[in-house]
This record gives sequence, structure tokens and C-alpha cells, in this order.
Amino acid sequence: MWGSVRISDLIMAVGVALGLASGATAMPARVVSMNLCTDQLAMLLAAPGQLVSVSFLAADPLSSAMVAEAAGYPKNHGQAEEVFLLHPDLVLAGTYTTRASVDLLRRLGVKVAIIPAPDSLDSVGAAMRAVGAALGREAAADAMAGRFEADLAALRARPLPPDRAALYAPSGYTSGTGTIADDILRAAGFRNVAAEAGIIGYARLPLERLVLATPDALVTSQHYPGASRPEAILHHPVLRDMIARLGPPQVAGPDWDCGTPKLIDAIAALQAAHPGARP
Amino acid sequence: MRLRVLLCLLAGLVAVLFAASLLIGPAHLPIGTSLRALFGSASESHAIVLVMQEIRLPRALLGLLVGAALGLSGAALQGFLRNPLAEPGLIGISGAAALGAVIALQTGLAAAFALALPLAALAGATAAVALILLLAGPRGSTLTLILAGIAVSALAGALTALVLNLSPNPFAATEMMFWLMGSLADRSMLHVWLAAPLILIGGATLLGLGRGLDALTLGEDAAEAMGIRIGRLRLTLILGTAAAVGSATAVAGAIGFVGLVVPHLLRRAVGARPSALLPASALGGAAMVLAADIAVRVIAPERDLQLGVLTALVGAPLFLNLIWRSRGEEA
Repeated sequence: MWGSVRISDLIMAVGVALGLASGATAMPARVVSMNLCTDQLAMLLAAPGQLVSVSFLAADPLSSAMVAEAAGYPKNHGQAEEVFLLHPDLVLAGTYTTRASVDLLRRLGVKVAIIPAPDSLDSVGAAMRAVGAALGREAAADAMAGRFEADLAALRARPLPPDRAALYAPSGYTSGTGTIADDILRAAGFRNVAAEAGIIGYARLPLERLVLATPDALVTSQHYPGASRPEAILHHPVLRDMIARLGPPQVAGPDWDCGTPKLIDAIAALQAAHPGARP
Repeated sequence: MRLRVLLCLLAGLVAVLFAASLLIGPAHLPIGTSLRALFGSASESHAIVLVMQEIRLPRALLGLLVGAALGLSGAALQGFLRNPLAEPGLIGISGAAALGAVIALQTGLAAAFALALPLAALAGATAAVALILLLAGPRGSTLTLILAGIAVSALAGALTALVLNLSPNPFAATEMMFWLMGSLADRSMLHVWLAAPLILIGGATLLGLGRGLDALTLGEDAAEAMGIRIGRLRLTLILGTAAAVGSATAVAGAIGFVGLVVPHLLRRAVGARPSALLPASALGGAAMVLAADIAVRVIAPERDLQLGVLTALVGAPLFLNLIWRSRGEEA
């Protein structure tokens, strides 16, 4: 679901403002995260005992890249009431966290830091540093962001054949120019078929245009249990035919969804999916 | 004679729209290339052949079949109930069929046994038609028909939403629009094979009712005197409509108003004779759905615009007009 990972140029502001207001030394003692992506960054960055709860999505293997780590934390469901009763000094939320819950918490006097999802790979480091600043863990965040940026630069520097890849998700949605998914494809050395077709943001690419674009590799969303018509398109005979020729598609799983170091794994896996690189 | 001319004209219209449906799509292909690819010519690339044979052909075939099923069922129901408001979508038959289809898909029954999808939709549709005919009686009063239809539609819609909301699949909840409004986007030949047999059987059954429905226009007593067995006629109508509408809905969702608009437009041209209206409505329904499906691709090719939106835009004003007039009659 690349749809959940897009947009926002707002980055930083909040984190920086919080860091200044509380002073870098004032570390919030009880932090609750209400958003899948802040969950993962907080688990990676928080001091022992500092993070008291993560969202239930962090423990869902279909959404989260850090299920094992999340097992050790009590889960919340992003509702203001349950979060408030955890007596947090700081709540981490995402841009898409329910507005009503965030407003209610703020009215109750709880400090809420809203961390926007990065809209490109180059803004991932800023999001990491924003979470670090909110947690009072600037050094750890800086180290993580620095390592991420160095790894990313190394991956981008690899010489790869100019193959073309298509992202294809339920209902025929794809990610074009200006999405982090497009950025991931490019970092992995692929040209994005959707971007070539003039698609901007997250939009539909009709099946017949996908077929005629003849991509060299296919990246689909992961399959959820149960049936749904939007997902049925991924079993359409023409896609099955494409998969028969190109090999099993790469799956844009939880690693793709958040601005964490797991993105490096996702890009590396995608680089191995170049037709020439396959065994 | 006049009927034959009308049927020929309608058949010609359907043929033109069928061809247009094959030739119009988001990937603007030249006509010659499209036609060569459709017939599997080796001179065209594999991708274009796939687009024509596996994406556009099933879409056009389904438009034809689904439209014919809906037009024909509308005409047959209206003939039997002698009420111009009887329409599979409005009186809840399509909604109940959609519920059957959703249950088959969500329980995994459809994955285990492909024909379970149209059969479950048929079961849902049968229950709805039987219930409506039971409630509305042999001479369906408008009020009973519409009220029963509202109740059946609301119940079927609510249960469909419930089943979709309980699904472990996060995308299932978003497909309600499809089941309410219908669409032919991204269907495959598999769907044609699933729906076609039952639509054809149901359609043939309904076309065979012409004589009985003609007799019924003279009243039930006269019809029985002419040797028409009303009970048998009703049962055949229920099963025929359920097979045609059920399997159409199972693959294309609930497309409303086709069965209302088409017989209404054609009734005068065929001289209000049900036996003539049946084949004319089948062709007219096919033309209407094919035209609407071309329109959704032309108006908003990048959006998943549902087919039922267009048929409702045409059909709902006509429906209100008919209610207005029948209100005058009953008052």
C-alpha cells in the first residue's frame, strides 16, 4: 500500500520546534506512538523504557516491518481515550492520524508531535531526525540518518542496466512522479513505467496501458487474506501472462511503507530483481 | 413487419456499439492494428493481441450479455406484473444477487468452485424475485411493488456491506460501490465463461414467455381460458429472471435502470405487445449498456467511473416521471 506513504513537504518544523521548546536535554519519559511509521522509528530510537506503547498496526505482519520488536510493547488503537490514560509526556502521530484524536489530546494538555511521512528518499533522514529531536535522542537519530544516507548513496551509485519497472496495486493503482515509491524504483536503477506514462502521484493506470508499456519487471502490492474485487485485477489473465514471462513479481511490502532503514533492504532487494541480475 | 424492421435496426445499433466498445480504450490503438490483433494476427505484437483478446473483447461481450439480460428481464417483469415500474435493480433483484455473489466470494466458495459465483447470485436473485412476486401478487400494485423493492434492496445492501466490512481484506470494504453501481472494467474471459451460460439459459427462458404474457394482457381469467397456466408462468419468470439477472450481477455488479428505461422507450414502437417487447428490449438493453460502458471510458478514462452512475442519470428522472404519472392514476 504505497498510498499510505506519500506527500508532505512539512517535515521537520514540528520536531525542531519541540526540540527548541523543551530543550534538547528534557527527554520525555513516557512516549506513546499512534502511527505505524512513528512506531517503527520510535522503537529504533527511543531510550530503554522511554516508549510505553505503539499502535496495533506495528504488530500486524501485513503492515509492519518490525513485528518482532513490537511484540514487547503494549498496543494502542489510536483512540484519544486509551492514549490519554497511558499518561504520556509526548505522543507521536502521523499526518494521517485522526485529526479528532489529536485535537482532543492537545485539549487535554498532552504534547503531540506530528511527524509527516517523507515524500522522497532524500527527506527520510529529516523525518528520522525529527523523531529523534522529539524523543530527545538527537545523537542516535543523527547516526541512523547518516548511515541511511550513506547506504542510499552507495546503492544509487551501483551501475545497473536501464530496465523499466511497473508498480501495480489493487484497482490498477500505480505510483508516478513525486511519490516515494517512484523514488525507490529509481534508486534501484529502474525507470518507472507509470512516470513515463505521465502519471503524477498515486493514480490509476488502465490495465491495457500497463500491458502495452511492456515493463521488464513488475512490482505488486502484497496480497491480503480474503477476496476483494480491487485485488482481483492482480489475477487478471494478462497480468498472469506478464508474470509468466517476467518471473514472480517483487512485492512492495511493509519495508516500503515507512521512512526507516528497512527502505535500504527494499531497494537492495529490488536491485536484485533486474532481469539481468536474476540467477 | 414493422417489428422485424425495428429488430434489425436495434441489432445494427448493437453491432455498431459492440465494435465501438472493442475499438475505444485508454490505450489509443489504430483501428487496423486493433482488428488484426483481435483475430490473433501474428503480425501484431503479443501485448496488443492480449489487450484486444483478453481485455477489450471480454468487456464488450459482457456489455452485450449483461445489457440483454437486464433489458429482457425488465420487459418480462413489467409484462407479468402489468406495471411499468418493475425493474430488476429497483425491486431489489440485482441487490439480492449481489449479496449472493459477495457471500460466494468472501466465503471462498467461488475460489473453490468457479460456478459457485453465478449460482450463489442466482440463489439470491431467486429469493428476491419470489418474495417480490409473492408480496406484489399477480397484479402488482405500484405501491406494494415499490415498498417491497425498497425493503429487499435495503436489506440486501446492508447485508452486502456487512459481509464486506467483516472481510479480513482491507480492500473488500471499498468494493461496495461496484456492487451498488456495477462496472465492466478489468473483467476477463473467465467472467464471460462464468456468466454467459446462465444468462443465455435465463434469456431463452424469458423469450419463451411471450405468448403467455400476451395472453395476460387480457386479464388473468382470459389468459387461463386461453390455456395459460399462471402459476407455471410465474415460476418460469422467477427462474428465468433470476438466472439472467443473477449471473449478470455476479460479474458486473448491480446496474440499475436498464430494465426500466429500455422497455419504456420501445413499448410504443412494438405496439405494447409483450411478445414483441421481449426481444426488442434484449437488444435495446445490450445497446444501452454498451453505450454507457463506452461513455465511462470516454468521459473519465483514468477514473473507475461506475456504469450504474450513467444508467441512473438517464433512468432516475424517467422513473420519477413514471411514479408521478402512476400516482395520478391511483388517486
